[in-house]
Amino acid sequence: MATSAIEPPQSTTVSRRAALLRDTFVKLNPQIMLHNPVMFVVEVGTMVTLWLTVTAQSAASREYDGIVTAILFLTVVFATFAEAYAESRGRAQAEFLRRSRASARARLLQPDGSWTWVEGALLRHGMRIRVEAGDTVAGDGVVLDGVGAMDESAITGESASVIKAPGDSVTGGTVLLSDYLTVEITTDPGNTFLDRMIALVEGAARQKTPNEIALSALLGVLTLIFLLVVVTLGPIAQYYGRHAVNTTTLVALLVCLIPTTIGALLSAIGIAGMNRVAKINVVAKSGRAVEASGDIDTLILDKTGTITIGNRMATEFIPVPGVPVETLAEASWIASLADTTPEGRSVVALAASLLSPRVLHERPGEPIPFSAQTRMSGIDLADGRHIRKGAVRAIAHLVDQAPPELEAAAERVARDGGTPLAVAVDRQALGIIRLKDIVKPGLKERFAEFRAMGIRTVMATGDNRITAEVIAREAGVDDVLAEVDPEGKLALIQHEQAAGKLVAMTGDGTNDAPALAQADVGLAMNIGTMAAKEAGNMVDLDSNPTKLLDVIEVGKQLLITRGALTTFSIANDVAKYFAIVPAMFAAVPILHGLSALNIMGLKTPQGAILSALIFNALIIPALIPFAVKGVRYRPQSADRLLLRNIFNWGILGVLIPFLGIWGIDHILGLFGLA
Amino acid sequence: MTVSTVVTWLVVIGGLLVLLKPMGTYLYKVFTFQPTVLDRPMKPLENGIFRLLHVSRDSNMSAVEYGVAFVLTNMVWGIMAYTLLRIQGLLPFNPEHFGNLNARLSFNTAASFVTNTNWQAYSGENTMSYFSQFAVLQFLQFVTPASGAAVGLAFVRGISGRQLGNFFVDLTLVLTRVLLPLAVIFGLIFMALGVPETLAPYLHLKTLTGQIQIVPRGPIAGWEAIEHLGQNGGGFTNANSANPLENPSALTNIFQSIAMGLVPVAFFYMFGLFTGRKRFAWTLIAVAGTLFLTMLAMIYFPEAAGNPIVNALGLSGHANMVGKELRFGMGGTAIFETSTMAFTTGSVAAANDSFLPIPGLAFFLGMFLNMVFGGKGVGLLNMLMFVILTIFLMGLMVGRTPEFLGKKIEAKEVSLTAVAFLLHPLLILVGSAIAVATPAGMAGVFNPGPHGLSEILYGFTSAAANNGSAMGGLGASLPFYEVALGIVVILGRYASIVAMLLVGESLLHKKAVPETSGTMRTDTPLFWGVLLGSIIILNALTFFPIMALGPLAEHYLLMTHHLFT
Repeated sequence: MATSAIEPPQSTTVSRRAALLRDTFVKLNPQIMLHNPVMFVVEVGTMVTLWLTVTAQSAASREYDGIVTAILFLTVVFATFAEAYAESRGRAQAEFLRRSRASARARLLQPDGSWTWVEGALLRHGMRIRVEAGDTVAGDGVVLDGVGAMDESAITGESASVIKAPGDSVTGGTVLLSDYLTVEITTDPGNTFLDRMIALVEGAARQKTPNEIALSALLGVLTLIFLLVVVTLGPIAQYYGRHAVNTTTLVALLVCLIPTTIGALLSAIGIAGMNRVAKINVVAKSGRAVEASGDIDTLILDKTGTITIGNRMATEFIPVPGVPVETLAEASWIASLADTTPEGRSVVALAASLLSPRVLHERPGEPIPFSAQTRMSGIDLADGRHIRKGAVRAIAHLVDQAPPELEAAAERVARDGGTPLAVAVDRQALGIIRLKDIVKPGLKERFAEFRAMGIRTVMATGDNRITAEVIAREAGVDDVLAEVDPEGKLALIQHEQAAGKLVAMTGDGTNDAPALAQADVGLAMNIGTMAAKEAGNMVDLDSNPTKLLDVIEVGKQLLITRGALTTFSIANDVAKYFAIVPAMFAAVPILHGLSALNIMGLKTPQGAILSALIFNALIIPALIPFAVKGVRYRPQSADRLLLRNIFNWGILGVLIPFLGIWGIDHILGLFGLA
Repeated sequence: MTVSTVVTWLVVIGGLLVLLKPMGTYLYKVFTFQPTVLDRPMKPLENGIFRLLHVSRDSNMSAVEYGVAFVLTNMVWGIMAYTLLRIQGLLPFNPEHFGNLNARLSFNTAASFVTNTNWQAYSGENTMSYFSQFAVLQFLQFVTPASGAAVGLAFVRGISGRQLGNFFVDLTLVLTRVLLPLAVIFGLIFMALGVPETLAPYLHLKTLTGQIQIVPRGPIAGWEAIEHLGQNGGGFTNANSANPLENPSALTNIFQSIAMGLVPVAFFYMFGLFTGRKRFAWTLIAVAGTLFLTMLAMIYFPEAAGNPIVNALGLSGHANMVGKELRFGMGGTAIFETSTMAFTTGSVAAANDSFLPIPGLAFFLGMFLNMVFGGKGVGLLNMLMFVILTIFLMGLMVGRTPEFLGKKIEAKEVSLTAVAFLLHPLLILVGSAIAVATPAGMAGVFNPGPHGLSEILYGFTSAAANNGSAMGGLGASLPFYEVALGIVVILGRYASIVAMLLVGESLLHKKAVPETSGTMRTDTPLFWGVLLGSIIILNALTFFPIMALGPLAEHYLLMTHHLFT
């Protein structure tokens, strides 16, 4: 699995912890903190209470101010830790990637054909380099000449090597295992996939997505409202006397009310979202693309390789009348033994499952390979028998007299969306092998889930209508477009977009590039051409088109996590009011009645305020796992998702803090603080 | 609950429910320029006005143009009103020879009436000539609710994918097709039920004791009609609808309650027709309706149970009738008060100062929310503001960029909506804080304990919500309050309306996203609950501390039978 490749070695773990700790404190710099208004307010509040602690009149009030200051400081540290932690997870991946880049030197080709060593960093778009066995490719490019086996494990984590031939793209950081290649560089340094991936997982290149900006704006205004509530509460409470409220308590109330939970975790959620994309071996060119994938309405999928496993499989033997099915199966088995194509292997497997092992013994003979002229293959056995399998028309030509049942069976197979393959022995037709496209396992259920989420799946294929519709029905896609060329795909995307829909698609060929560029989310395959990879806004390093479905889930999970933690953060405030408001006016005799609002039965006013503040701080690290992993997500309709999340984060968000604050108050009581 | 209470409530609530659909449909037809019954009599008049203003019926404005037209027109009215009040003594129809108003009171009154607030720092019968009542104040009672409704219409048009329309056309049509005809009908009803309508001088009657009693009268029936139909709330006399000449019987009380709610409730239904989402409109009506019933219960039941201190003296078994009118009973008073707070009218049928703290809390609730149907157009605007905030907060949890009526809500809409939401607490909290912190503000507090604080909070809340009712017990005619509340009513009216108008236009220019099962539905019982919950939590978080210091503190003191001497 891919993740194993980017797991950090043990030796760096210690330095990574140190970096995490350092970053946690570096981020406390108010100038950096200013980017996060919610936590900035907490930091300023900490300074205010610190000042109050220093200038406190009595020992008792100094102790109280001091404890509040400490909790506030912890709250800020928890927030910076959350962000630093999310970044450090990405950094581990980045370090590994960076190491493969660092060593890269390139043999730069001169016009006269000779080459000189240059640093990989000096390579520019359009330069040509020679890559020899054992070399690390120094930049992204296209193969101009030569064929060789490439080890791409540094990028994909996949250990199997890949053959690169002229026209194929190569990625910087991969290693050539055999032969040599001439490569034209297509990207400037700092802009290669490796660079992008590093920047992305480190969070450095992460720009706020539209949705994040909107949420930040709302959190900013909410903070402003609570600032207003607390700042005006001071003078308004002075209606009951000059010392009706304590400034430290007002700061505590403010910090409890402003959405610190989501404020502290918001950027961690975003960074972790990008990491999750990187984890499934997809390079996204921007966070915006990942987020947009959560909004996708229409999914345009290829048939071959995406919906089907890419190769046809034999599923049935249909003998002509008078021929036992075993005879057909045996002939097919013998004819296919030398056939190493997946189709040939599937015929062998199907026959073997039907026949008893006794008859399955290899017979000497001369295999006849498939050729485009004859459109058949087979074997000439030593015993003189000639077995052939191939296109029905070709076999019909070969045999003395093709029975009408052969044609009928072939037609039936074609009508069901399969491909018929005829088998003959010595000019006698035995029957038909049914070859079928096989839908990838689990896809049908997945499409059903997507339908529940409101995402329409459209299969677009160059195949004929009959084949396409059969597969479409089997896979359970919502719509099918047969016999489409790349222009047709582009038109389909534009048509969907005109109706306001967001479209996602995958592609690998150069002629897919316009459609990939037009789609809102275009996932290009790593094995694809450079043009396709440039046009898409994501590249799947595993070249698995089905990955698009995972990307969509990551996008949705990202939005849900933000919404859930925001809701939770706001819902928490209810309990904090019930803790703090009765406590903060406890010193005003005429307001003693407000103690009726102390429904948690918190023991002392001071303990109540501290408990609420401690809960507010502790909930941040408690929720880091949700921020980093994303809240649990199962594809469902919007209404069911809403109902579940409202309960989990809204209703429990109101109830949990009542329990938490009550519990903390009891623990504080043990230490004489409440 | 007595039979008369049940019947009164059923008539008012049932009446509003029955009238909601025909009235909403009528409004929809008028503002989509479809033929209606009033075309024949009104079209020539309207065409004349449009020719005079050089506008055509189907012309359109941008949000900025519409907003500017709205604010400037209001400004002109405000300056006009201010000037006329300043020179009242020189003007005709002044049988009682009232003099000019001073600058501060003129500013406060002009600001209050031009914003549809109708906060009155004066007693009408001792201050205003018939000319001022009729040509200045009543004129504003027609045009200012009409201009508020026009802005609501523009917003509804924008979010339903239509051009915003023309402010002057909308303003004219609200007047000619809605307010004037309804005012005629209700004016006649009130006249028939005994409300005076005359330009004759006040009556000077010799009483049994031989004293002379002056009975103020005037063109009151027409005033009452538009006072309530336009959610204005400024009384002809100081006692407002508690005065038997303004609201003589339980029957007029019912009609006034219905008059307040008629158009605002229908506006919600009209919104459903405009957007083609009647189920969504019904969901909003259900949310506002739930809040309405909550307020009604919060007002009626504590009052009906009576004051615990009085009950403890053995005088139990009686409702808290202090400051209430016997002719309405507790049920009639409660429905009138709920209506006036929900629809932000601000007229009163009882002395708000004499209500117990929990009913007081309900008054605050209506004004904080400002969208329990609210004023026509403006109330819907506030409701949709909460809808947008709720959709954004909760909508993320379905894993899509939140959509409102098929349009994506992004940074611009969220920021503008959030700022519109922020303004209301800003005015209330900052205003109250300044009042408490300054001697000038504290000089107006006539009651000790939490109740005195409640009175300050009430004043600023009423001004910010453009409600206009007063709790009383506050020196509203002190210079501090005349100026401060004058400023608050103006900011409270215009700032948030303009912000929402910009939201409407921004949504209009967005491409609609098709709805799928992945879209959060806004027309389900689930959304009813989510919206209701969000509204309550957002407002509770904002206002809980001051409510704890005011009505809640008073409530707990009352429970412990605390008395102030």
